[in-house]
Amino acid sequence: MTTTTLSLSTDERATLAEKARMVRTEVVRLTEIAGSGHYGSAFSIAELLVALYYKLLRVRPNAPQWADRDRFTMGKGHAAIAVYPILADLGFFPASDLDTYTRLGSPLGDHPDMRKVKGADFSSGSIGHNLSVSVGMALALRLRKSPARVVCMLGDGEQGEGQIWEAAASAGYRKLSNLVAIVDRNEVESDDRCDAILDMEPLDAKYRAFGWDVVHLRDGHDLQAVTAALDDALNGWHDKPVVVLADTIAGKGVSFMEHAWQWHLGYLGPRDYERAMKELEA
Amino acid sequence: MTTADTRPLLESTVTAEFDERSWDMVGSLALSKQLVSGEVLIELARRRDDIVVLTADLGRPTRVIDFGRAFPERYYNFGISERNMVGAAAGMASAGMLPYVSGYACFLALLAADQIRLDVCYTKLPVRFLSTHSGLTMGFYGSSHHATEDIGAIRSFANLTILAPIDAVALRQALVATVDHPGPIYFRLGRGRETPVYDAPIPEYRIGGSHRLRDGTDATVFATGICVDFALQAARLLEAEGIALRVVDAYSLKPLDADAVRGACLETRHVFTAEEHNVIGGLGSAVAEVMAEVGTATRLTRIGMQDAFSILGPPTHLYKNYGLDGEGIAKTIRTALA
Repeated sequence: MTTTTLSLSTDERATLAEKARMVRTEVVRLTEIAGSGHYGSAFSIAELLVALYYKLLRVRPNAPQWADRDRFTMGKGHAAIAVYPILADLGFFPASDLDTYTRLGSPLGDHPDMRKVKGADFSSGSIGHNLSVSVGMALALRLRKSPARVVCMLGDGEQGEGQIWEAAASAGYRKLSNLVAIVDRNEVESDDRCDAILDMEPLDAKYRAFGWDVVHLRDGHDLQAVTAALDDALNGWHDKPVVVLADTIAGKGVSFMEHAWQWHLGYLGPRDYERAMKELEA
Repeated sequence: MTTADTRPLLESTVTAEFDERSWDMVGSLALSKQLVSGEVLIELARRRDDIVVLTADLGRPTRVIDFGRAFPERYYNFGISERNMVGAAAGMASAGMLPYVSGYACFLALLAADQIRLDVCYTKLPVRFLSTHSGLTMGFYGSSHHATEDIGAIRSFANLTILAPIDAVALRQALVATVDHPGPIYFRLGRGRETPVYDAPIPEYRIGGSHRLRDGTDATVFATGICVDFALQAARLLEAEGIALRVVDAYSLKPLDADAVRGACLETRHVFTAEEHNVIGGLGSAVAEVMAEVGTATRLTRIGMQDAFSILGPPTHLYKNYGLDGEGIAKTIRTALA
C-alpha cells in the first residue's frame, strides 16, 4: 500500500471549510423544522462529507443514475441530514426541497431513501445493513468492469452489529479493492460512550484480520488530513478493501455538544439555536 | 408521580442556562411517560432475583435505564447487536433467569426474528420482549424505524404470546399479571407519549382476553395500540350522529379473544378493526380468521396500513393521512354503515 500526497491549496481549504460550515448550519436549521435531530453524529462527519463530495467522488448531479458514478452509502443513516445540504448544493435536487425536511410527504426524512432522494445511492436507517449492500455494489461494479468505487460511511457504535463483520469478511475474502469503508469514530452512541457499552476497539487489528487495509485519520476535522486520508483510500494502490478509521468529535463545532452522547438526539430552543449558530458562523 | 419524574435528570447537559425548550437524549426520556417498564420491573425485581433486563443501545428511549440504575448488576446493554442480545436472552432463560429484552419493535421483531423464532419460541423459554415504538410512531424516521409488520411476522411463531398494553396502567398490569407465564411473551408497545386510556386496571385481565371500553349495537371496533384511543374518539363523534359503536381493546393479540369476536358478529351489524399495522397479518387478519371460522355473514372492514410502506411525516400527520385518527376511523365507519 502506498500513500498519495494530495494537498489542498489555501483557497481549496477555505472553500471546503465554508462547505463544512454550511453543512452544520443547515443541520441546525433543518432540525428546527423537524423538531428533533441527530446533531452529534451529523457534525462529526461534516469534513469527511465535504472532502468526498467536493473533492473526491466522481458523481454527476445532472445524471444521478450515471452507471459509472462512485457510490456513497450511509450506514449511519441517521446522519443523512448532513448529506442533504450537500446534494442540494451540488444540484442533485432543488435547495427548496430542504425546507420540506420531515414534513408530510417530503422526500427528505431522518434516514435517506434511494427511491425519493436524487443522489442517495441506497436507503438506510436500520444500522448495520449498508456495508453488505456496499459489498454487493462493489462486486457488481467489478463484474461490469466499471472504474467506479463504493464508499460506505459507518458509525463506531454500528461496529457492534454482527452483520458488519459478515460484510467485512466477504469484502476481505473477495479482495474488493473498489470498496472503502469509513468508520466515524466519534466515540459515542445513543445511550452512552461506546466504550461504556460495547468497546469494539482495536478496530484496526480487527479489520486487518478480516483482510482489509487500514488508514488512520487522526483528526477527522482537519481538512488537509481528511482529504489526504480519503485520497489514499480511494486513489492509492490497494489490492484489498480499505477502511478509514476517522477520529472525530461528536457534536464538533458547537461547544456544548462536543464529545457528549447526550446530543446524539436533541432539540435547540430559540436561545440555544442562536447560540449554536453564532458559534458555527464565527 | 413516577420514579422517573421525581429523580433529577442527572446526566443531562441541558442546565438552567439553556433555553427552556431545549432537550437532549436524557431530556427526551421524560416525554415517554407511558413507558413504565423500567419502574415496574424494579418493583418485581425487589421480590425476585431472576429478573434481568437487556437492551441494545436503546435503554434510554425505551426507559429501562431506570432498571439499570436500580439494579446495575442485572442490566445488560449489549450495544447495537440485537440478534446477539436475543440469543443471549435465550441462553440466560435456559439458565434460570427471566430476561426482559427492551428495544424498538422494528429491530426486535424484524431484525432479530429468527433468534426469536428458534432460540426463544421453539425452545419455549420465558423471555419477554418490551417492543416499543411500534407502528408509525417514529414518524419522519421513515420505514426503517416503523413497525407495521411486526404482528404479522411473529404471530405465526408457535408458543409466542402477544400482548399490547396501550398505556402505563395497562403495561403495569400486563407485566405483573404475566410474570409467572412459562413461555415467551411479546409486549407490543407505543412510543410512550400516547394519551392514557385507563385510570384503573382492566377487570378480569387474562392472556386471551379483551376489554370492552364502550358498548354499542350498530358496529364493533376491535382496536390495538394508539388506535384504541382513536376508536374511542370516533365513537364519540358517531354518537352525535346516532351511531352506537362498541369499542374493544384487543389487548391480547395472540391468542385473540375469539369469544369477543363471535359476540360482536352476533350482536352488532358490522365489525371493524383499527391498527397501526398492515391489515395483512395484523389484528385485521386475526379477526378475519375467527370470523371466517364462525361462518358469520357480518361484514368486516379493516382499518390500517393497506399493504403499503408509509410516507414520511410527523406521527399525527401520518395518522390523519392514513385515516387512522378519530375522524378517519369515524369516516370509514360512517361510509360503511350508510
